[in-house]
Amino acid sequence: MSEPKVEDLSFEQAMAELEQVVAKLERGDVALEQSITLYERGAALKKHCEKHLTAAEEKIAQITGDGEGTKPASFE
Amino acid sequence: MSDLFDDDEPGAGGNAPTVTISELSGAVKRAIEGGFGHVRVRAEVGRVSRPRSGHVYLDLKDDRAVLASIIWKGVASKLRTQPEEGMEVIVTGKLTTFAGQSRYQMVIESLAPAGVGALMAMLEKRRNALAAEGLFDAERKRALPFLPKVIGVVTSPSGAVIRDILHRLRDRFPREVLVWPVAVQGERCAAEVAAAIRGFNNLAPDGPIPRPDLLIVARGGGSLEDLWGFNEEIVVRAAADSQIPLISAVGHETDTTLIDFASDRRAPTPTAAAEIAVPVRAELRAALAALDERRIAGMARILRDRGDRVRAAARALPRAQTLVSDPRQRLDRAGDRLPTALGRMADRKRLALTQVAFDPARLVAHLAEPRAKLRNMSLGRAILKGLSDRQDRVKRAQLRPAGLIRMAEERRSLTTQQAQRLHRAGARILPDRARALTSLGRTLETLSYHEVLNRGFAVVHRGDELIKNPNALSAGDTLSITFADHKTTTARVEGQAASKPRAATKAPRPSSKDSGQGSLF
Repeated sequence: MSEPKVEDLSFEQAMAELEQVVAKLERGDVALEQSITLYERGAALKKHCEKHLTAAEEKIAQITGDGEGTKPASFE
Repeated sequence: MSDLFDDDEPGAGGNAPTVTISELSGAVKRAIEGGFGHVRVRAEVGRVSRPRSGHVYLDLKDDRAVLASIIWKGVASKLRTQPEEGMEVIVTGKLTTFAGQSRYQMVIESLAPAGVGALMAMLEKRRNALAAEGLFDAERKRALPFLPKVIGVVTSPSGAVIRDILHRLRDRFPREVLVWPVAVQGERCAAEVAAAIRGFNNLAPDGPIPRPDLLIVARGGGSLEDLWGFNEEIVVRAAADSQIPLISAVGHETDTTLIDFASDRRAPTPTAAAEIAVPVRAELRAALAALDERRIAGMARILRDRGDRVRAAARALPRAQTLVSDPRQRLDRAGDRLPTALGRMADRKRLALTQVAFDPARLVAHLAEPRAKLRNMSLGRAILKGLSDRQDRVKRAQLRPAGLIRMAEERRSLTTQQAQRLHRAGARILPDRARALTSLGRTLETLSYHEVLNRGFAVVHRGDELIKNPNALSAGDTLSITFADHKTTTARVEGQAASKPRAATKAPRPSSKDSGQGSLF
């Protein structure tokens, strides 16, 4: 299992892989050692996904000129 | 009028007043403007030209006639529908003349499509042309990112649309939003929207302004004319060319503009565009939590399952005592039988041994075959021959003790003979040598000064020094004088040193071995 580093995955990729990991663990037909690896990988993926979810922050700006700059905007 | 024509016959000089072209043109202008101060015309738009002045020049036509028309800049910018070639329009305005070119023309004050049907027909024609180019092909559609980091919104900065989008984004999943302000209707609309789409695409991925990974082009509802800018070809092309996935949300659900065909996804409303753009964070959280629970539960089940299997296997294992008891019994029995078996084995072998008589002949017979083989091989023959030669020589050169003894005897008798000869020779030589010695002794004696002494001479010594010259003597010297038969007398020199006569008498010149003695003879 030569997987990419968890940190390099997008939220969607990490989520999809977590689903696969969970499916494998639930089938239960993996070797014990592999199941531990899967379990740990799953934990890392979950943490990574959570980071994506938590880091979300609203930020609004308006383009000025011909796309040469931005200025903060609220539109409220 | 008839009078005028009657009087003014061709060729006649007449008395009608002469007017200038300008005067005439002015009269015509007044006549036309007076007669056609307000007209409403239905026509098809012909060639349209838009010089830099901002005024719009166009031809209005039907199947038989053409009317040159002009829309002044101020009017043109306010039109909701811009004139396009082929468009069926209803225009209002007035007629006037352009004296410089001997033209009459219409100054348009308002322009509207001649019914929705006409506009839709034109739209359909354009859509077909762009579709034929492949701009709306399904293969061109890009997948929207599941969770965009930066969303670019092309819309009016004022109005409800941008607020609706931002609100919905905030509810679902707050993101970074870049708003590119544009006019969403009127003359500038199409150009600005197209520039905004291309502008977002041209942002460097790592530039100071973050490049969006999703675009939304949005506008609220309006009439077909209001939305017309989003039907313009430059907007459609910009949307089709966009490398960034693009959601179009123009007008209400029932409104369809051409940008909707070129976009990667059409949203019925701006709010819907926000919903398409991002997932709901809370739902994701829940899904993630559920997945994680399943992960832990799955692992727990695996561990429980493995534990059960280990315990089951452990129960199935027989006790260690049971495992070894049977082999142990077999070992004991074998141990009991071992000594007897050994003795019996030895007996059997011993018997077999006695039955095998030791027969040298048989051994020789065994050897015969290899020997013959060996002989047949050339190397073997050579070895055999060499061997027999050696054997012969060894036979001939047998060591015989008798010969040795004889040889020793011979040597011994020879040695004895030699010894006897040596002895004899020695015996013969000795008396000869003795005689010769006696004779020599005598000769020596006759030559000795003792003989001289016997004849009456004496020898004078001072100590060990032989005195040959009386001059060497001095008074007081003790001398010893030797006479014949080795008789010796001691004497002392008296008086002055050299008393020659006495000394001469008392001490005759001592003989020296060489000339002195020689002279004595």
